[in-house]
Amino acid sequence: MSKIVELKSVFAGYNNDVVLKDVSLEIYDDDFIGIIGPNGGGKTTLLNVILGLIKPFKGSIEFYNNEKGVNNKIGYLPQTNKIDKKFPITVKDVVLSGLLYGNVLFGRYSKGQKQKATETLQRIGICDLKDITIGELSGGQMQKVLLARAIVSSPRLLILDEPNTFVDNQFEGELYEILRQLNNEMAVVMVSHDVGTISSYVKTIACVNRNLHYHRSNIISEEQLASYNCPIKLITHGEVPHTVLKKHNH
Amino acid sequence: MISELLQYKFIVNSLIAGILASVSCGIIGTYIVTRRMVFLSGGITHASFGGIGIGYYLGFNPVISAAIFGILSALGIEYVSKRSDIREDSAIGILWSFGMAIGIMFVFLTPGYAPNLMSYLFGSILTVSLIDIWLMFALSILLIVVFSLFYRLILFIAYDQEFARTHQIAVSFFNYLLISLVALTIVLNIKVVGIILVISLLTIPQSVANLFTKNFKNIMLASIVIALIGAFMGLLISYKINIPSGASIIFSLVMIFFIAKALLAIKRKILLKKQNI
Repeated sequence: MSKIVELKSVFAGYNNDVVLKDVSLEIYDDDFIGIIGPNGGGKTTLLNVILGLIKPFKGSIEFYNNEKGVNNKIGYLPQTNKIDKKFPITVKDVVLSGLLYGNVLFGRYSKGQKQKATETLQRIGICDLKDITIGELSGGQMQKVLLARAIVSSPRLLILDEPNTFVDNQFEGELYEILRQLNNEMAVVMVSHDVGTISSYVKTIACVNRNLHYHRSNIISEEQLASYNCPIKLITHGEVPHTVLKKHNH
Repeated sequence: MISELLQYKFIVNSLIAGILASVSCGIIGTYIVTRRMVFLSGGITHASFGGIGIGYYLGFNPVISAAIFGILSALGIEYVSKRSDIREDSAIGILWSFGMAIGIMFVFLTPGYAPNLMSYLFGSILTVSLIDIWLMFALSILLIVVFSLFYRLILFIAYDQEFARTHQIAVSFFNYLLISLVALTIVLNIKVVGIILVISLLTIPQSVANLFTKNFKNIMLASIVIALIGAFMGLLISYKINIPSGASIIFSLVMIFFIAKALLAIKRKILLKKQNI
């Protein structure tokens, strides 16, 4: 277990609005963290800080090298609604773009890179979609393509922003299974609005509501629930597969 | 008739200008259309009229001042769009009309009559000068070089710039570079079809190409060919019935668009019939 990223008392936000206050977080290479929290609580802001898309007002973020040397690569799966579905690009080219780092000049993708992209598509089970334009994909397929793009460069850390929106339950199950396997090779950090489901898949849960409540466990504490300002909805009908969360005292 | 036409030097010049306009507009237009920057491009086009007015007033080549004015407006919009205190499309609207206002003010302040002002508004491919042609040639070469060198990065950033940022790619630099190239392409093609019509060369060929291919590179290449056909058809119509070439070029391009649409509809009917639907 080695440390990948460490945030030390980070304050961050946009313009004059401080969204995250005094957030500290350590991510280790075998972590599978689910980030929950109310809308506007700073889930996406936290991801943006880790991804380097916004600079913290105060505090520090540090990446640690592993024994193989520097590998600060982060795989990122953005919310699909940010993507222009009419953009003329094929699945293969989307996945290959995940291999571009820094300001590479002209040239083509090497044979090795193409091989890597094909392997990644096979692994996620969408190799047959390789030559399709993204406009023809369903919501779930689109997510898989973006997941392939995120992991094609074998990052140490995979960050997912609400991967379970716009997809059906079957896909969600498949997705979590893929993530569980990927977690053997990389740390996974996933933002979700769906508290109930993710707590049974992830190893630990963090709750972001301006501050961060994180206890390295997958039990949703009362403190976290209180910060969520909303009881979890539970509707059942007949026999339902379920996970009962233990009572948790501080 | 063709050989008869080619005897005139201005016809040959306008044909060369048509080819060069097709190349630059085919490439940059594909970038504009796929990044949904059509309104932004319209803004830059009209804002550059301010530069033309200033050029007239100060008595030097309006193309140069329009290029400077256009690039500065483009960089300004790109800069403003990253700040959240004003909406991007509002900023474009302001600059659009401000540029036109500056242009009108300076044209009226210029002593005497501005003889070929109309040629900037509606274009006049038949009067392109040798300097215009050399500038357009240089632009086409520049675009081909930039797009071959950085093709993968441009595609990557255009598709998902936030993701590109997480890959340590200089997204802002490329955004500024490309918006400048957009402005330069617009200004240098104003002579061909005019301020009011230049946006069509940047969107119609691409829309036609996009009906047949969904590949970025193919859209670029096909747009060049389609723009070329439109330009030549337009020139011929312009010569035949003696109307401004800018308008006849746009008219030809829109006709090509409708013919393409009709062909696709027929193809679809036939395919459905084969499946007995």
